[in-house]
Amino acid sequence: MRFSRACLVALLLAFSFALGGTAARAASLEDALAHFTADDFSETITGINEVAASGDPRALTVVRALQDGQLMFSAEKKAVYVKDGSGKLTDAATGKPIVGTAPADVELVRLNNRLRGAIDAAMGGLTLLVKNPGTRYDAAQAVFKSRQAAVLPTLENAIAKEQEPGVKRVMMEARAAIILSSGKASDEDKLAAVDIIRQRADQDSLGLLSSLPPDTSAPVLKSAAAAIGGIKNRLVLWEAVQNAWYGISLGSVLLLAAIGLAITFGVMGVINMAHGEMVMIGAYVTFVVQETIRNHNPALFDYSLAIAIPLSFLVAGCIGIVIERTIIRFLYGRPLETLLATWGLSLILQQAVRSTFGPNNRDVGNPSWMSGAFDLGGITITYNRLWIVCFALAVFIALLALLRYTRFGLEMRAVTQNRPMAASMGIRTSRVDALTFGLGSGIAGMAGVALSQIDNVSPNLGQGYIIDSFMVVVFGGVGNLWGTLVGSFVLGIANKFLEPYAGAVLGKIAILVLIILFIQKRPRGMFALKGRAVEA
Amino acid sequence: MLNSIGVVARRPRGRRWLAAAAGLALGLTAALPAQAQDTIKVGILHSLSGTMAISETTLKDVVLMLIEEQNKKGGVLGKKLEAVVVDPASNWPLFAEKARELISKDKVAVVFGCWTSVSRKSVLPVFKELNSLLFYPVQYEGEESERNVIYTGAAPNQQAIPAVDYLASSEGGSVKRWVLEGTDYVYPRTTNKILEAYLKDVLKVSPDDIMINYTPFGFSDWQTEVSKIKAFGSAGKKTAVVSTINGDANVPFYKELGNQGIKATDIPVVAFSVGEEELAGLDTKPLVGHLAAWNYFESIKTPENEAFIKAWHEFTKNPKRTTNDPMEAHVIGFAMWVKAVEKVGSTDPDKVIEALPGTKAPNLTGGISELLPNHHITKPVFIGEIRPDGQFDVVWKTKGLVPGAAWSAYLPGSKDLIGDWVTLKCGNYNTVTKKCGGAS
Repeated sequence: MRFSRACLVALLLAFSFALGGTAARAASLEDALAHFTADDFSETITGINEVAASGDPRALTVVRALQDGQLMFSAEKKAVYVKDGSGKLTDAATGKPIVGTAPADVELVRLNNRLRGAIDAAMGGLTLLVKNPGTRYDAAQAVFKSRQAAVLPTLENAIAKEQEPGVKRVMMEARAAIILSSGKASDEDKLAAVDIIRQRADQDSLGLLSSLPPDTSAPVLKSAAAAIGGIKNRLVLWEAVQNAWYGISLGSVLLLAAIGLAITFGVMGVINMAHGEMVMIGAYVTFVVQETIRNHNPALFDYSLAIAIPLSFLVAGCIGIVIERTIIRFLYGRPLETLLATWGLSLILQQAVRSTFGPNNRDVGNPSWMSGAFDLGGITITYNRLWIVCFALAVFIALLALLRYTRFGLEMRAVTQNRPMAASMGIRTSRVDALTFGLGSGIAGMAGVALSQIDNVSPNLGQGYIIDSFMVVVFGGVGNLWGTLVGSFVLGIANKFLEPYAGAVLGKIAILVLIILFIQKRPRGMFALKGRAVEA
Repeated sequence: MLNSIGVVARRPRGRRWLAAAAGLALGLTAALPAQAQDTIKVGILHSLSGTMAISETTLKDVVLMLIEEQNKKGGVLGKKLEAVVVDPASNWPLFAEKARELISKDKVAVVFGCWTSVSRKSVLPVFKELNSLLFYPVQYEGEESERNVIYTGAAPNQQAIPAVDYLASSEGGSVKRWVLEGTDYVYPRTTNKILEAYLKDVLKVSPDDIMINYTPFGFSDWQTEVSKIKAFGSAGKKTAVVSTINGDANVPFYKELGNQGIKATDIPVVAFSVGEEELAGLDTKPLVGHLAAWNYFESIKTPENEAFIKAWHEFTKNPKRTTNDPMEAHVIGFAMWVKAVEKVGSTDPDKVIEALPGTKAPNLTGGISELLPNHHITKPVFIGEIRPDGQFDVVWKTKGLVPGAAWSAYLPGSKDLIGDWVTLKCGNYNTVTKKCGGAS
């Protein structure tokens, strides 16, 4: 009897505990939500942390709504709502739609940077066990950054269940980060954690190992210091590779901007100060193409560059031919007048664009396949720069093919080497001149499409590249495509290796001084054409 | 002989005709100046072309709107206002030439103009020599208080110092490591000197935790600089960037930050020269959470601001045109000028300059700005975070209006100096030696 009564009491107690437990959990989500009604940033952070710790299945929905700007509150009713895509409100705690009309004072729960950091950390903890491995990877990285000790049990659970090796590695690194920052683990665990972090060996690991809590024991600190030294050595090596990559991408930009100039300067000896404006026109063509796509068929946005490239070649090329026929043709053999005339032309073109499109920058967006970056070893490669390098090399190869395998290329080379002889062989030199100028301007237009992705599109876009283009052409040798290629990459890499030490301003000055000194030794540049001696 | 002199000489009757026509024309033009004197000329000295056109063109437009509105109210002293617009084309020496043209040739009563500090310093000698009046609407580096200039933009203690205080506070992220990133000219150099002194002396930041970088105007290849910032920010302490980058270089800077994956939650960037106008040409989604410090934001909801934005959209016939802080500075400056002119009943610069200190005018965020004896005004300070739509969310503001200090209290050469054009009649009076520093 007594035993069964004790059993009953035990059962009742257990039952009430269970009830009380769930009631306590539900109450904690509602208590947590109450913090959002205060419209105070510190209260909202407390709310986020409590919601994440509540363990309620609705916690993820609430935090995600807050992240997407869909969490609303009413100070009057002390209630929190989630707004869905159609604007309908549902109660945040229960998920049920509200009864009747929304309260008049419904406002968005405001965010600032500190809150966004807290949300990222909370999302990390909440999404460790979702189905999508990509999301689990991001969650593990977020936990690594936030190092909240409260997430450790969920993390251990996730590690035990994880099948993907890449995601599991990041989860182990996150656990190591928590162990090192929390101070409660044993020294052996901490030393093992240091080892895991040392293998991660990126800048975040450096940050973590440099900021261990002050009560960490001496052997752990010593191991961390050794790890920092090792990581730093590895990073120095990767930094050199990173600088080389930056140099290559800068060189590809210089190549694109200068190659058109090399051709016109080489074939016709014309100093074209309006070359930068051809680049600018190409960038504006891209803007117009993107605006048209945005207004009529937004789904085509990712193809906007593919459409813009041939279009800008044609537009800039035609403008180039018009310029040659109307202005340059009358000024052959008079370099000073050509320089002045094309300078005036560049001002006219800039103001024409300014009057048509306005003086403000124009928004040219990156297609989705050009945004973001990926890590290769220890360096970060951004997609837009990678595509620009490929594009520059493709243009270069296409030009080489044009010069070597087409009739027009043959005529261009003949006129460059010896104009009178070419004329006496029946080549119409004035037609070659016009088409060459068009070709050089068209290539500058295509360069403008590429540059619109990394620089801002404004009427002054060309001014930033005209000096660099002349630098490359003078350094590399006039009229020679290989000279332009080598010159642009040498200048790009030299600039990017000088910049970390001398700063941007001094780096540029140093490059200019080096070019001046180089020109003293070799006035015709690196790869000079011998034919010009006959021409001159 | 075919020259025109020969032709005229053969027709004496033609010469008499010519003389009669000339006499008539002279008589007509002599009658005209009487009508021209019925307008008061207002000069507008803002770049409409060149690298600063993106920022300054909108200021020219707002002054034109203010003049039109004032003329609808009957003008000033019974006369209509006439705008004289010149384009100094972001060319600093040309600013001085155009200022001289406005004052000597066009005989303007006042000039609203300039943006970069180098343009202001170029025109200063002209305004002092010809004794005219300039209203300067842009936030600047301080260390100046001139009799002929009214500074309606923020001094460092109304923008830079509160921004640093916000970042160092727990609200702003308790920043411990600082990158000061600026364009290479006088405003960023001086502001960074002040901020470095403030960080070291007041916030007790170690010199190892401060990195200062400069880049030229229009700098576009930010890869190395941004990766330097990333490396500096991974030493384990919370890092922030204080940006005094001006002009076109801002766009590739923010694009590179987005591309290298630096989010505002990792390393926030607070800018002093990026407003609604500069964000209009950018894809702002990767920039959400980055900050700007100003004394006005278009997104602040007050009746004055909403009326101003509505009038602006009607004037420009473009409902998407943004408003920004320097525009508000011109609104306040223009209202103060009109009040002072009506108080003394004359547009003579000397009389107006005497009458200006103490003038009050409403600002667009619900307060009343007052012009102080050092020719600066009182302004509220707001810290805003970039929203995906290119507007700002105010995340912090000062409790009241902050009076502008012309001379920084943190630089050894200027902490004893004050400007006072009412009693002391001196822009750089040393309160310790009790001497006026005189003209600089």
